Amino acid sequence: MNSDSLLVAKGISKGFPGVKALSNVDFSLRKGEIHSLMGENGAGKSTLIKVLTGILKKDQGQIYLENSLISPASAEEAKRLGISTVYQEVNLCENLSVAENIYIGREPKKNGRIDWKEMYRKAEVLLKEKLNIEIDVKRTLSSYSTAIQQMTAIAKAVDTSSGVLILDEPTSSLDKSEVQKLFEVMKNLKSRGMGIIFVSHFLDQVFEISDRITVLRNGQLIGEYQTSLLTRNELVSKMIGKEWIEPLLSQKKHAANISKKNFLMVKGLEKKGSMNPVHLSIKKGEVLGLAGLLGSGRTETAKLLFGIDASDNGTLVIENEKIHSMNPKLAIEKGLGFCPEDRKTEGIVGELTIRENMMLALQSKRGIFNYIPLKEQKKIAEKYIKLLNIKTPDMEEKIENLSGGNQQKVILSRWLATNPSLLIMDEPTRGVDIGSKLEIRKLILDLAAEGVSILFISAELEEVAACCDRVIVLRDRYQIGQLEGEKISVKNILELISEGAGVVESVHD
Amino acid sequence: MSQFMIRYTQSKLFWPFAALVLLLLINFFTIPGFFHITIKNGHLFGSLIDIMNRVIPLLVIAIGMTLVIAKEGIDISVGSILAITAAAAASLLEVAPLPYAILFALVIGLICGLWNGILIAYLKIQPMIATLILMTVGRGIAQLITGGQILTINNKAYEYIGKGFLLGFPFAIYIGLAVFCIVLIVKKKTALGLFLESIGSNKTSSHFAGIRPEKMILIVYIISGICSAIAGILVSSNVSSADANNAGLWIELDAILAVVIGGTSMRGGRFYLGGTLIGALFIQTLSTTIYSIGIRPEMTMVVKAIVVIAVCLMQSGEFRKLIRQSSFKKKVNEA
Ligand SMILES: Nc1ncnc2c1ncn2[C@@H]1O[C@H](COP(=O)(O)OP(=O)(O)OP(=O)(O)O)[C@@H](O)[C@H]1O
Ligand SMILES: [Mg+2]
Repeated sequence: MNSDSLLVAKGISKGFPGVKALSNVDFSLRKGEIHSLMGENGAGKSTLIKVLTGILKKDQGQIYLENSLISPASAEEAKRLGISTVYQEVNLCENLSVAENIYIGREPKKNGRIDWKEMYRKAEVLLKEKLNIEIDVKRTLSSYSTAIQQMTAIAKAVDTSSGVLILDEPTSSLDKSEVQKLFEVMKNLKSRGMGIIFVSHFLDQVFEISDRITVLRNGQLIGEYQTSLLTRNELVSKMIGKEWIEPLLSQKKHAANISKKNFLMVKGLEKKGSMNPVHLSIKKGEVLGLAGLLGSGRTETAKLLFGIDASDNGTLVIENEKIHSMNPKLAIEKGLGFCPEDRKTEGIVGELTIRENMMLALQSKRGIFNYIPLKEQKKIAEKYIKLLNIKTPDMEEKIENLSGGNQQKVILSRWLATNPSLLIMDEPTRGVDIGSKLEIRKLILDLAAEGVSILFISAELEEVAACCDRVIVLRDRYQIGQLEGEKISVKNILELISEGAGVVESVHD
Repeated sequence: MSQFMIRYTQSKLFWPFAALVLLLLINFFTIPGFFHITIKNGHLFGSLIDIMNRVIPLLVIAIGMTLVIAKEGIDISVGSILAITAAAAASLLEVAPLPYAILFALVIGLICGLWNGILIAYLKIQPMIATLILMTVGRGIAQLITGGQILTINNKAYEYIGKGFLLGFPFAIYIGLAVFCIVLIVKKKTALGLFLESIGSNKTSSHFAGIRPEKMILIVYIISGICSAIAGILVSSNVSSADANNAGLWIELDAILAVVIGGTSMRGGRFYLGGTLIGALFIQTLSTTIYSIGIRPEMTMVVKAIVVIAVCLMQSGEFRKLIRQSSFKKKVNEA
């Protein structure tokens, strides 16, 4: 072992019933480097991180921190040793405030009592300086979007880190600008000699930020590489274990298939304090994108359409029928589907199996007494496990035990199983690996070709540009413009967003 | 081998079942003739038969409670509903034929459940508080019906329900089994089980998937109300009277214990009807044991509490891990 190695793992193995999640994996993080951990969904990245930080007990292997053997038994112990971690599934306290979450257990004190004012001030400064976000830190965490929750977790980890910082898919719900801000922070920590482990399915980010890459496949170590000596195609080939050539993303859509008829039409739908009036229509077979930055109102619009939030104004028409008061059950009956952005709290039902999770929406469409026979359930589950390449030993596995990306695929299957006429997809490829991401994009285009309407929301503007026939642009909870056909490009979307500042202000005046 | 053991000991039904077997064994060695069954007039008699007969009201209520708890709720009004329905049946029997009395009691149970359900689903009152209302008021209502006295029942057909025998076994056992099977079939053949477990495990996700929590809340509290009514009929016909003050007193506690011992978590989610059956049998056997090995009545509750705590601890994976770790450490130290 050389003197600049910081965190070294040797021969780590970890098994779960029916799965060998890690077999004999070596990993080494050096001082002052950013080290990416790469692999397909279910390759074992999060498992390795959980073993390193004491959340999971390893079956075999040793861990060394600065050349001395450690074996942390809990995340707290790892933290005391100087390893701070942002886990893939953010585990903060939803009903505490943002500030409390950041300073829990190390609250600033005055005369033996918690100094709330100081705590709020420090939290505000921290978020502003490190990540450039300004929010009310007194509000509960649950009142904020996934992105803000993720950033709170990052801020907390960054603030407490002393030797090693581990970030498991920290950027999955962030926009470009937040990612850049995070990268600045990471570079700064790196220059101070810290080691950072970074996981992301965005290849661009990995190539931009990391010095070294370790690739895992099926729980096995494939190798450790210098980033500068690796191409994208080489990296992905190592991840999937066969030759990979990145397809061009320019496969534009076939506007010809779009029907003339509107499937859904919305006039002035709004919810005070959450979203200003929206006007939109979606034709059969059309892929409509909602683009905007963080907090622009994309998810809010989707929730209004699906009846999760009640609107206070406006009309909603589905196939010429006016809907007075929408709710999810009615929406499903009318042929809508909604794949939500927040997988953990709005998507998975943790205790249920993969099969049961896939059945929920279809079962509520058919009604409680029209139970889907087990045989049919199994057939459906089998179909989607194969179609979306979900990695699991068994469809009767609890969904909780799946890797993040695979959970996402199950939720997507839940909605595909209902054969929707309009599928609302809020960040459907979040946390999904590159191969499956392209599969899902293809699936979206295939569905549209069959006449299914798609409302597509993604923070990845390239993805929006590649898939959509039309894009509606939002900013600060206002609908500010629209792009169609050839005009859709990342550049034009960004331009519209920045021009939109004027539109938004003029409304306020 | 150890893998096999771990798999088994982690099964939800293992620990309650082991506890029940242990309890029966203790009885076998301490109480002479505990397993002895005699036949008199073609009817089976013995301690075991007695336990099976007495457990039925508790079992029926615990089945309803299982569904309520699966949905992250609780129903502490079951004892009061039992008293109300017992009183209602008894008083109607004085003026109307048997089927009406039974039907009337069941409808009252349904209305009580509906009341609880509305408070919880639509007025968003916490289940514990909402059912506390009926728990306290219910005894008063029962008093009103009985006019403050213990009503005696004089109807042979009605008494058969709680005291009669069919094919050698007490008739009540058949009712208990019927309720158990019906709920089991409903769980397996409709989506009720799936939806309940889904809501109990993650309410937001379930809502997003189109399941309406309000409707499910109504359904489970109504079922719990009807189960309490069935228990009310069983209890009153068994003792040929309706006692507004004491019928079904504290039965809610035994029912909740039976459910929890059976492996269903108070946090909702997965529920185990088979576990509840074992749990109820365990509680009833425990009561009988405590009584027959001559523990002083004032100690009964304490003993019961200790045993229940032990069973619950053994069920907890965390606790088992602690024990395993400490015994492991001991081994390491010895080596
Ligand atoms: N608690 C668990 N019980 C059973 N199996 C598990 C558990 N946790 C993880 N696994 C399995 O271990 C394997 C590795 O999972 P892991 O979460 O490490 O993948 P990952 O590389 O982080 O994937 P992703 O990119 O989707 O996040 C998967 O097959 C997963 O199903
Ligand atoms: Mg992961």
